[in-house]
Amino acid sequence: MNSIAPTRWTDGSMNKRLGRRYAAERRFRLLGFVAVSVSVLFLAFLLYNMAAKGLGGFVRYEAALPIDFAKSNLFLDPAALRGPDAEQTVASADLETAISQAATATYGPAAAEMFGDGAVNTLTRDIVRNPDILKDTPTLWLPVGSKVDIAAKHSGDPASENLVNLLKSRHALRSSFNSDFLTASDSTDPSSVGVWGALKGTFLTILVTIVLAFPIGVLAAVYLEEFAPRNRWTDAIEVSINNLAAVPSIIFGLLGLAVFLNIMDLPRSAPLVGGMTLALMTMPVIVIAGRNAIKTVPPSIRDAALGVGASKMQVVFHHVLPLALPGILTGTIIGMARALGETAPLLMIGMRAFIAAPPTGITAPATVLPVQIFLWSDEVDRGFVEKTSAAIIVLLLFMLVMNGLAIYLRNRFERRW
Amino acid sequence: MSLGLALVAVLIVALGVGWAGYVRARRLRTASRMHSLPIYHGAYAALWAAIPALLLLAVWAPMQARLVDTAVLSSPEGRALPAFEMQRESILSEAREIADGEREQGFNPQSSTLAPRIREAQSRYALMGGAAAILVALVAAGLALRRSAPQFRARTGVERWLLIVLLAASLIAILTTLGILLSLMFESLRFFRLYPLHSFAFGLEWSPQTAIRADQAGSSGAFGAIPLLWGTFFIGAIIAMIVAVPLGLMSAIYLTQYAHPRVRAWLKPILEILAGVPTVVYGYFAALTVAPVVRDFGLWIGVSSASSESALAAGLVMGIMIIPFISSMADDSIAAVPQAMRDGSLAMGATKSETIRRVLLPAALPGVIGGVLLAVSRAIGETMIVVMAAGLAANLTLNPFASVTTVTVQIVQLLTGDQEFDSAKTLAAFALGLALFLITLLLNLIALHVVRRYREQYE
Amino acid sequence: MKEKQPTTPTTPVRVTSTAIAAESKRKGRSTTRKEVPAEPENKVAEEMEDQVAFPAVDVSHQANIEEERAHEVATNGEPKMSARDVSVFYGDKQALKDVSIDIHEDVVTAFIGPSGCGKSTFLRCLNRMNDTIPTARVTGRIELDGEDITTSSMDVVQLRARVGMVFQKPNPFPKSIFENVAYGPRIHGLSSSKADLERIVEKSLKRAGLWDEVKDRLEESGTALSGGQQQRLCIARAIAVDPEVILMDEPCSALDPIATAKIEELIHELRGRYAIAIVTHNMQQAARVSQRTAFFHLGELVEYGKTSEIFTNPREQRTQDYITGRYG
Repeated sequence: MNSIAPTRWTDGSMNKRLGRRYAAERRFRLLGFVAVSVSVLFLAFLLYNMAAKGLGGFVRYEAALPIDFAKSNLFLDPAALRGPDAEQTVASADLETAISQAATATYGPAAAEMFGDGAVNTLTRDIVRNPDILKDTPTLWLPVGSKVDIAAKHSGDPASENLVNLLKSRHALRSSFNSDFLTASDSTDPSSVGVWGALKGTFLTILVTIVLAFPIGVLAAVYLEEFAPRNRWTDAIEVSINNLAAVPSIIFGLLGLAVFLNIMDLPRSAPLVGGMTLALMTMPVIVIAGRNAIKTVPPSIRDAALGVGASKMQVVFHHVLPLALPGILTGTIIGMARALGETAPLLMIGMRAFIAAPPTGITAPATVLPVQIFLWSDEVDRGFVEKTSAAIIVLLLFMLVMNGLAIYLRNRFERRW
Repeated sequence: MSLGLALVAVLIVALGVGWAGYVRARRLRTASRMHSLPIYHGAYAALWAAIPALLLLAVWAPMQARLVDTAVLSSPEGRALPAFEMQRESILSEAREIADGEREQGFNPQSSTLAPRIREAQSRYALMGGAAAILVALVAAGLALRRSAPQFRARTGVERWLLIVLLAASLIAILTTLGILLSLMFESLRFFRLYPLHSFAFGLEWSPQTAIRADQAGSSGAFGAIPLLWGTFFIGAIIAMIVAVPLGLMSAIYLTQYAHPRVRAWLKPILEILAGVPTVVYGYFAALTVAPVVRDFGLWIGVSSASSESALAAGLVMGIMIIPFISSMADDSIAAVPQAMRDGSLAMGATKSETIRRVLLPAALPGVIGGVLLAVSRAIGETMIVVMAAGLAANLTLNPFASVTTVTVQIVQLLTGDQEFDSAKTLAAFALGLALFLITLLLNLIALHVVRRYREQYE
Repeated sequence: MKEKQPTTPTTPVRVTSTAIAAESKRKGRSTTRKEVPAEPENKVAEEMEDQVAFPAVDVSHQANIEEERAHEVATNGEPKMSARDVSVFYGDKQALKDVSIDIHEDVVTAFIGPSGCGKSTFLRCLNRMNDTIPTARVTGRIELDGEDITTSSMDVVQLRARVGMVFQKPNPFPKSIFENVAYGPRIHGLSSSKADLERIVEKSLKRAGLWDEVKDRLEESGTALSGGQQQRLCIARAIAVDPEVILMDEPCSALDPIATAKIEELIHELRGRYAIAIVTHNMQQAARVSQRTAFFHLGELVEYGKTSEIFTNPREQRTQDYITGRYG
């Protein structure tokens, strides 16, 4: 070999250098692996943490309570309770005191506060369902109040723990699936709190969002991709859409507050307003996804359709759009999943109030699940920790389902040309 | 008669007209060859019937509200209302609710007497508007139907309407941007009339207590935004990025260059899940689990002022939330570097890490930087994590264990609770919103510019 | 009958066998060449009359050097690289079947054949670039100076420095010209000081015939050069790490004729220092540039031998068909 100084590939210093290079290679690869592991471990830890704290929220403890209705101060006539006004009649009776008295009678003076709102609701339901129980002394299983619930699940204050031990010794304590969590609404007592109100509010809000954002987004995408001439105005539209997709969500809340609430005077905290605000936020995402999906349809399809004499509009709506639909749907679902988890803009439009009943329509005051989680996280009562985490589990399940659906759609229907 | 009823009426007219047009076109078709299918004739007539009328109703609705208000205020009951604006407004809104049937009776007896007036005025004007709309619909429909003939290009007409609809849908995007800008600027200007701009932009003290009444004591009303901007920057651009950039970049490199395809197939979705978790969940996790650990750690290493609401806790969690953004941007940028570069470097005897560090990353750098800027923009605009994990105290500090507040937290603080909409507090929120909007806009534009200008053109 | 057609890289070129035979007879060559009986020549010539003849490739230059090197090739015992029964599989599909070739020092070896027949795949085996393709599997034995390079005891990083590669499309790094050439020496630690590095860069650029054109603008980006200059930059880059073998994968197919001519001249100059293996689509180029030629077809090595023989008197019918342009 002719060179100024022949490279000796086998001498010691070269080998040492080589060794160092390979060591650097191994370190680099390890660094990458560690980086990925951090993310994966964090996610695992987050999910585990939420599950550990929240699974308890789906379980509730019930205690056996014999109630002597005759001796109680409830003046309820079983006969009168067969009509449609049964619930209202029962609601006007002081069930709370009756329960408290029965508890004291059975378990001692410390048990006066043993039951909470949940017990009242359950008793109401039992009476309405079967008014005949008022005639004698049934032993009903009623959900215990928050303090005793916590004491039974983990640990609580000494008084509650004593009660728990007492109940256990008398086999008067059992745990069951807390179906009320999914069917009840917000309340001040964490043991009777439920997410149904928030779920219904979420459902109505997302409905408004889809109905508004999907058509507008898809039509805008079609226009921009297929029909828009290249001039300053369409450039401006494009730039606005790209910018809107990156604007922080709280700004949309401010917009909603200023325009929908103050100028248009729509009802505060309603799914209609929330849906409109979220629609403004989601529409750019759908437009961008739609444009990308339409771009992937090859020009040969358009040419073929034009070749048989279809008009431009017909080419788009009969050929291009159906083929781009899987991609559009995937983008829409991802946008909706994001909207589902949004809290800040809805706080701005007033969904911060305590709503004790599920909304009756899209103009009634409502709350959504993320906001509900936020409101509960502020509560001081320890019982809310569990319920907040349980609500988070419900929310995460929703997100998982929606993202899974999007991935499934993408894999199943998206064609690669 | 209400506007809702008028709307339904117009739609029914449109449908009827459409059906008539369709039937007529069908009959014409049997006689001679037509340019457009009968359904287009029907649609043409229906669109001409519906759209002008609906536009009329849309314009009439806000006008009607104003007309109703004027009519009611000039009625005898209306003139009996108190002069004080706030009281009168509340009685009026109660009366409106009674008129709509949303409530039985208000706190103020006057509202019950006003309600029938309101109902009557609403009815009267709705009738006017509805009648006008239906008239317009019928006239337009008649004109449209008359043009129906075999050679009439109904399909073209319909498609022209469709094009207008498409254009309108796209304009909504501009409308939204304009709406944001205008509403933010309008309210901010009102704020700056109460509080000078330079004190806001350069002020070092933030304690937004304003006087409700002129003689109230204990109102400092300092709206200096610097501590907020610093808090936002500290948490979002410094701490979060220290966490996210190395982790995100190395994750992207590992996934694209080193990981086995099967491993990559399920690691990528996991990173996507990380991006899909709602921020309120992150915030709760940060407040409940991360913050106490950070505080204990701070106390352990001797920082006595470690608070349970710390910038570090919020920044850490936010950083992890941002990792997927940086990772996917870096992924795309590195993948855009042509394979020939990689081959050229490997063929010279470079190791994989040398190729990545010396050839691929420098080539992908503009894209990566653009991604980082976009991630910063996202972190800055983030609300829930900081609301739940960082604090409310406006602090200008370098101590990550201390509690700081950000722009977004303060916007939420200022606007929650029952605020008189005109007070300086609520308007300050809009000023903050404007600042946030402008900053994120700037970051996005710079990111775009960097990517476009410095990206290597590989043909 | 005889038409002149413009030569393009993809048009199969026919070598006028008579010209070679005439030259060699004139120079009175030694009989190390196989005796070429008159008949086959005429037969070939006859066949050629049936087809359209192309302008004769000037192989006089070729013949001279051939003469010089002819006995050197014969006496040069040990090949620099040798491949024995090399097969390459992409997944289940076999792309290369039992190829055995020698690459000698101071000799340019050309690999020719139609598209997709495995020439580039084989070339990439020689510096184990196929390792970067996850689905590729290589079997057989490849030796560099007697050492098997396919075993794990051979360090692939060093191998690739000793066996350099120039690609079809010039791929300079998006760095300055200086940095492009300095990249190899830097990572392998071949220079002890900045002055040393500059020396290596200057030497490499000179050897690649690019120094005079870029010596005043070494800080400019490598991608700002013309196509031909970029390819010479890539050659300089490969030279900078002091290789023993240079592999070239269709180095001129993306270049215009003038740049191509420059590169071919460069190859002639480099031949003295490095063993060169070049894959080419352009048969004229193979004839101009190489001393030994290997003809690949559908993943098999059909024929391998001295260039002049392959083009005048191929043993295999397939080679004959390809050379005369029946397919390709």
